[in-house]
Amino acid sequence: MNPFTYSRAADAPQAVADLVAKPHAKLLGGGTNLIDLMKMGVETPAQIIDITRLPLAQVGELPEGKGVRIGALARNSDVAAHALISARYPVLAEAFLAGASPQLRNMATVGGNLLQRTRCPYFYDPAFPACNKRNPGSGCGALTGFNRSHAILGQSEQCIATHPSDMCVALAALEAVVRVQGPKGEREIAFADFYRLPGATPERETNLAPDELITAVDLPANRWAARSHYLKVRDRASYAFALVSVAAALELEGGKIKTARIALGGVAHMPWRAAEAEQHLIGKPPDEATFLAAATAALAGAKGYEHNTFKIELARRTIVRALTTLAKL
Amino acid sequence: MLFGHAATRRVFIKQVAGTGAALALGPHLLGQQKAQTVEPIAALADTETAAVTLQINGRETALRLDPRVTLLDALRERLGLTGSKKGCDHGQCGACTVLVNGRRINSCLSLAVTHEGDEITTIEGLAEGDELHPVQAAFLEHDGFQCGYCTPGQICSAVALLKEGHAGSDGEIREWMSGNICRCGAYPNILAAIREAKTKTADAV
Repeated sequence: MNPFTYSRAADAPQAVADLVAKPHAKLLGGGTNLIDLMKMGVETPAQIIDITRLPLAQVGELPEGKGVRIGALARNSDVAAHALISARYPVLAEAFLAGASPQLRNMATVGGNLLQRTRCPYFYDPAFPACNKRNPGSGCGALTGFNRSHAILGQSEQCIATHPSDMCVALAALEAVVRVQGPKGEREIAFADFYRLPGATPERETNLAPDELITAVDLPANRWAARSHYLKVRDRASYAFALVSVAAALELEGGKIKTARIALGGVAHMPWRAAEAEQHLIGKPPDEATFLAAATAALAGAKGYEHNTFKIELARRTIVRALTTLAKL
Repeated sequence: MLFGHAATRRVFIKQVAGTGAALALGPHLLGQQKAQTVEPIAALADTETAAVTLQINGRETALRLDPRVTLLDALRERLGLTGSKKGCDHGQCGACTVLVNGRRINSCLSLAVTHEGDEITTIEGLAEGDELHPVQAAFLEHDGFQCGYCTPGQICSAVALLKEGHAGSDGEIREWMSGNICRCGAYPNILAAIREAKTKTADAV
């Protein structure tokens, strides 16, 4: 691990001021990804700003029934176990519990989960010379390499990495809002605007500014999230990243689908909202034919590589299974 | 043969599991949340060490550490508490599992300087003097190990699992122990040990 200076911020404004003063600083939350990346030599921050003790770990209701606010430093395990989350947003509780291990969930924060880096092996190990994300302009080792875990939607010739988070797939379906604090004050970023597709700049993963601190994630109130579900398919029964995952919600009325939300994980550079598939569901009966048509629409633009083409059919089937489960609830 | 006799293996695992440690801290401390006040620390130059006081197994220890030192390395290399093991050093195997304020974490992915004031319990702190923690006793009873390297992490994780209430069924135990990998594949016996420890700890309450 490269040497760095260490400091502990007393409050959020100081953390932001430290970020402004030290452009090569990194904020330290749970550390489950950052410390690992520092050990690998992928991240080499000049300064670590410890924010673990800032009072940003609460989970509570927003005023006027507007939804729930999750503090950025709330631990994944605490959010998963919170009654407000499991009752109103089961897809999010399930997504948390499908991710990592109990130990890691006890450490990892919500803000840190948002900023997880890809587990693409060509990114994660600097021994591989080519990675446009780690070293812009160096090429993509995965494109013609071992790309079994890689993207099938929204990728570019510069990067076919996937976003590793389970939480974020649920947040995409729930239309969460990311609250951030910067030198000019606070702002809100709609979840759909938070992440970037790789394009020609895969090194830029989010629209968060380098001097901004994530303070909270808001979950808007809605009618449909109580009937929601997260389904993750992976190489082993537990404690593995997703090959494909689906966060879905259904609202039924009079035997027809009134509202639908579908987001996919493990398939793209960002949590992938399948809006066109949702449109296929509206006004239809919740049956297998409807679900299959929607799933096919979700994967219409998918493109596989040497080792990951199986994900296209796998994603289709996972969507159908998730929606079928929801329809039976 | 190194571990040819059960007795020999048990002597070995007793050493691994740190029953001789005098720093007894019962499981009664598990689950306590410490109120935290933020003490800011000004930036240190990258050649400087940081002062940190760690509360480990009920004993306070003041150290000066390079901020890069993980909690695992501080325990093993600075304090001689070698029960916690370094398996993968990347948070993937669980051999380094310790309890911080009653919660299980991977000590290999946590910087020691961030743990000022936290209550840390390692495998060495589970027994009460010579009396094993019920989970330690159950692992011995059921041979919940072969080589023993992952065992301290398995036991710390199982202690937390019982406290969390995640031992409702075999399936639940397996899922909530998934962060602890056993390369020898002693999972059936680990499962049996945790099942028994659950009964014993339930009797104790």
